[in-house]
Amino acid sequence: MKKVGLIVNPIAGMGGKLGYKGTDGIVDLCKESGAVPESPRRAIEALKKLSPLKDEHEIITCPSEMGESEARAAGLENIKVVGTIVPGNTTSEDTKRAAALISDHDIDILLFAGGDGTARDVYSAIDGKVVVLGIPSGVKIHSAVYAVNPKRAGEVAYGYLAGKIRKTKQAEVMDIDEEAFRNGRVTARLFGYMTVPDEPVFVQSAKAGGRGSEEVDVENIAFRVLDEMKQGWIYILGPGTTTKVIKDKIGEGGTLLGVDVVLDRKFIGYDVNEKHLLDILDTGKPAAIVVTIIGGQGLIFGRGNQQISADVIKRVGRENIIVIATKNKLAGLGNKPLLVDTGDEETDRMLEGYIRVTTGYHEQRLWKVSQ
Amino acid sequence: MTKLSSHPYIPNSAREIKEQMLKEIGINNAEDIFGQIPEHLRFKGELKIPNGIFSEYQLLRHIKGLLDKNKNCEEYISFLGGGCWQHYTPAVVKTIMQRDEFLTAYVGEAFADHGKFQAQFEYASMLGELLEMDAVNTPTYDWGIAAGTTVRMSARITGRSEALICGAVSPERLACIKTFAFSTVPDIQLVGFDPDTGLIDIDDLKRKMSDKVACVYFENPNFFGVIETQGEEIAKLAHEYGAIVSVGVDPISLGVLEPPARYGADIACGDVQPLGIPMGFGGGLGGFIATHDDPKFVAEFPSLLFGLTTTVESGEYGFGEVLFERTSYASRDKAKDFLGTMAQLHGIGAGVYMALLGPQGMQEIGEGCLQRAAYAAKVLGQIKGIKSPHFKGAHFKEFVVNFDETGKTVKEINKKLLDYKVFGGYDLSQGFPQLGQSALYCVTEVHTKQDIDNLARALTEIVA
Amino acid sequence: MGIVKVRKNFHQARWDEPIIFELSTPGLRGVVPPPPEKELQEAVGDAEKLIPSSIRRKTPPGLPELDQKSVLAHYLHLAQETLGANLCNDISEGTCTMKYNPRINEEIAYLPGIAALHPWQDEDTIQGILQIYYEFEQILKEVSGMDKFLLHPQGGAHAVFTAACIMRAYHIEHGNWGKKDEIISAAFTHPCDHASPATAGFKLIILPPGPDGYPPLEAFEEAISERTAGLFITNPEDTGIYNLNIDKIVKMVHDAGGLCFYDQANANVLLGIARAREAGFDMCHFNIHKTFGTPHGCSGPGLGALGVREHLIKYLPVPTVEYDGSKYYLDYNRPQSIGKVRQFVGPATVLIRAYAWVMAVGKEYLREVSEISTINHNYLQKKLLERIPELEVPYAEGRFRLEEARYSWRKLTEETGVGTDDVMRRIGDYGIQHYWSSHHPWVVPEPMTLEPCETYRKEDLDEYVEALAQIVEEAKKDPEFVKNAPYKCASHKRDDEASLDDPNKWALTWRAYLKKHKKA
Repeated sequence: MKKVGLIVNPIAGMGGKLGYKGTDGIVDLCKESGAVPESPRRAIEALKKLSPLKDEHEIITCPSEMGESEARAAGLENIKVVGTIVPGNTTSEDTKRAAALISDHDIDILLFAGGDGTARDVYSAIDGKVVVLGIPSGVKIHSAVYAVNPKRAGEVAYGYLAGKIRKTKQAEVMDIDEEAFRNGRVTARLFGYMTVPDEPVFVQSAKAGGRGSEEVDVENIAFRVLDEMKQGWIYILGPGTTTKVIKDKIGEGGTLLGVDVVLDRKFIGYDVNEKHLLDILDTGKPAAIVVTIIGGQGLIFGRGNQQISADVIKRVGRENIIVIATKNKLAGLGNKPLLVDTGDEETDRMLEGYIRVTTGYHEQRLWKVSQ
Repeated sequence: MTKLSSHPYIPNSAREIKEQMLKEIGINNAEDIFGQIPEHLRFKGELKIPNGIFSEYQLLRHIKGLLDKNKNCEEYISFLGGGCWQHYTPAVVKTIMQRDEFLTAYVGEAFADHGKFQAQFEYASMLGELLEMDAVNTPTYDWGIAAGTTVRMSARITGRSEALICGAVSPERLACIKTFAFSTVPDIQLVGFDPDTGLIDIDDLKRKMSDKVACVYFENPNFFGVIETQGEEIAKLAHEYGAIVSVGVDPISLGVLEPPARYGADIACGDVQPLGIPMGFGGGLGGFIATHDDPKFVAEFPSLLFGLTTTVESGEYGFGEVLFERTSYASRDKAKDFLGTMAQLHGIGAGVYMALLGPQGMQEIGEGCLQRAAYAAKVLGQIKGIKSPHFKGAHFKEFVVNFDETGKTVKEINKKLLDYKVFGGYDLSQGFPQLGQSALYCVTEVHTKQDIDNLARALTEIVA
Repeated sequence: MGIVKVRKNFHQARWDEPIIFELSTPGLRGVVPPPPEKELQEAVGDAEKLIPSSIRRKTPPGLPELDQKSVLAHYLHLAQETLGANLCNDISEGTCTMKYNPRINEEIAYLPGIAALHPWQDEDTIQGILQIYYEFEQILKEVSGMDKFLLHPQGGAHAVFTAACIMRAYHIEHGNWGKKDEIISAAFTHPCDHASPATAGFKLIILPPGPDGYPPLEAFEEAISERTAGLFITNPEDTGIYNLNIDKIVKMVHDAGGLCFYDQANANVLLGIARAREAGFDMCHFNIHKTFGTPHGCSGPGLGALGVREHLIKYLPVPTVEYDGSKYYLDYNRPQSIGKVRQFVGPATVLIRAYAWVMAVGKEYLREVSEISTINHNYLQKKLLERIPELEVPYAEGRFRLEEARYSWRKLTEETGVGTDDVMRRIGDYGIQHYWSSHHPWVVPEPMTLEPCETYRKEDLDEYVEALAQIVEEAKKDPEFVKNAPYKCASHKRDDEASLDDPNKWALTWRAYLKKHKKA
């Protein structure tokens, strides 16, 4: 018997059609304008994909429009409803409460439908070990915890529950940086990581099949970066799970979400801000930046690592930027370029063109960068 | 040029078919496709290669004609060994190796190629019994490359970059090890052998041993055919320094000799060719590698490893690749080594061979080698001016014969032996000048007492 | 015209064959080795006394014990549970399609004149085989324009590794080892061109494809530097698209002081059409087991013939095969050689089959091989795209591919959830070998790579198209059905993939299986 947690943020997606950057904090406005929520429909589309599980599962969800209605509409049985809500008037607090309550039920996976705000709420309420998967239905989807579309979310969830997908990975929870937003810039902040099923590329052909192990790739990338670190140089290590592996090899205290600074293989700054970085650069030592792709869109600057500002980048110089990413992550971009959005036109332009991405101990791949 | 209405191997070369296909594509001729290649990159003119021999019979006659210029080891009695040995190929081995199903299969999938996967698994399993090791690869190119691979594996496991190659090792294999290991183990040192016994010089090993050594490699029987008796002591010493012990072994000796695992080897390697694969001018080789079932070691195999598992059909065996992520196919250069077309068919053949011989057969064939080698070494040693065996140690199927006192070179002697329709032993005077005019002689189950006595008579006449 | 038969009623043999150890009965024997004569035995005494007791085997090896017929029958069963290329429609191995492996070549390979040759025989007694080496080499030189060939490597990747070792030796000699350490390659080039140079100690810079399917020149400009040691590239790459800039790229790498290696795994379509020499390459290789008709043997032995231009001949492994006008000989006296990459002179038994193949094809038909290869491919591609609207061929729209194409099932997957791996498994149920999707990571989504070489009939290609079309219908009607395929192959889908990665469960040998899964 598999236990599936389910949370639907029933108002997610409303703001989008009205041209808002989200629905958070403007629910009433949306309702007054007659906007229809997207998430129930999308959640149902995903949940229908669980039907092959038949009665081999139990759905643990919230009452009414926060999951129960969608589960029933998708034809699922064995539904257990927990908690209470005020229908028609749910808030972010309801999502947090539901996430905490449902994840106490020893669930195999927690599905949630919503956008970046929903992902943040879930993230803030659960233990990092709980396997989750987002059904995309919000306006803003920067977070990599969401599947590409609702149907795929259903398929991946089914695959995970049926044992066809066995591996999990860490995926970013991101949301618009309200502070920057108020200052007139749309930029996403990295809030943390949740555990999601790692979709397999399911080939076992001896000729070439199988897939590269993400963990081994990351290890090798880290060793390459470490082996090539030069004495007397400042290394600015951006946030993310890939850079964290390098940080962990250097020593304790490296941050997952922050920018840390290293000199001669020792930390000289943890979770630093832009000003601190500029002060460090003022010492006149040569410096390099190590960044990885944040989120699913291929961003290397401007999302989740704004501390490494245009000024910092300009002073370090393009030739001293070390981009790292596993080749699976790169391949996931398809033909799309890496993106930069530093907020400074000139810097973005300087970063354009082909850049080397370190993808293994012996391997780099060239990839295009664009704004 | 005379062409046929169609070539037997190229059905669509028939004019009407070809034209029909061109029409379907919507072009007039293949040039409409090739025309995109820039003119200056095109090959112009006609290839200067021989005309085709379209008749199968005439082709066979032509190639037989060329091969008849050779003298082979069925016409002559051969005492050559040293890395490629004349053993008998049982008829069933030949039948299976020639089956189109195995012969022409690609790498494939375990569904439509289930039988091939099982045959590979069984090969590994039977070799595992000979070696008393639980993890065996699908064969790589040859023993030399297998040995080189074990050195690389050891370097990865230990994080060290030196290797000690001990005692009498085939110069061919040593050359392969050096080329193959260069980038990870640039520092390869040799440990000498005792000039009297042919065994590894333990004092030299002790001098060279350090905690920088990743791998201590030796062979048993060694290149001189001498059975190494100090395996346990060598392994103990190497392990004290945290090094990995890799032992190269002739699998056909394992019916009578202890497997390397019994005296402390972490890795065993060798060639499957003795297990019934025809010599084929050295084409019959295939290198095996085996370890204990330790994930630390298994993860370092560069080869495909086939594992036994289950399928959705209850009670059905299924096969798949174990720890597939190790290989370069899946992960390119960060992988352990490259992987490609290697020697699987020889693995299958060797599997059939082991199944046919069974434990009794393996013991008998090993005993036969021991006795024939002892006999041959002895009768040659009775010839005036010949020292045989040159080394005091026990021999498996090869032994060194020294001709210094005859005043003749091995080269001269071997030339003369051709008149007796005999291929004399491999000339060691280039590779091992310290042995003077010495040759490596090999006898196996294919040799009769008569063959050996004839050799002795011929040598007696030649050195007289 | 022959009929086009879609083998709906195909069913592969399924013997439910036990593991050979399960068939064992103590005391049974398959073959008896020749015992030494009594007199000989008496002269030396008991075998066991000839070995020091410390090293004498005390426990007989745990091999199975079977009578001869049982061994034969067992392996015949396993053979029947294997779909060799000579048996079936196997245009499925895109980038590596095996052509028909003529039977006569097997008879030739087992003639005593080759099978019973020892590589260390006196040169006077191996003139025939050396002549074959030499003559075959002359043919390869002509087809590629290279100045000398090495026939030691036992597979393509092995030849690529040898090329990398030669490149290393070249840079060592010129004092650049350590300074020039980067190899440039492309994403659709065969992975061994990345793995083999890495094994030899190089670092790789891999370039992504542009809209043409191969890296644009700007990418090369960006990648090439004073650290560039060389180029390892295929042309066409796995997409079948001919790289029109190939000579410009070679020149750019040469100008930076690098050497260029041409992986000719896809040479089947270029015989007599275009050569490595004209494009300026320093080295190239042929997969003899693809292009020259030798069997793959479940993955070897093959033969990777490595060709080099004049300035690199001195680095070739020893021995080379030479001819002095009257006699063929092996030349070991090559002081700048990289040493050895395989013992003796390589897989001679593969070489002789290749020689037989090229002699059977000859001057008259070698170019025809390439013509028919490209016609077969373009016919197949046209038919496939017409018949199956779900199929796409990304990149270089409107240009002819030469010998193969990398198709994408993206649309089908989006529509039905059935992916390329499902189609690949299902096609086995039609008596067609599971096809080859692509190397990882997938650049083309849900890929399928087909290469219909010259030995396949028009009817075979039509059969393939129809079989795929039927699978597409099945996928639309009942995706789960296709996802759970195969049904009629020798074995079913595995149900516990995890066991293959779990040290407590994986079983690489029967003895390991007994320990882990059959504990008493």
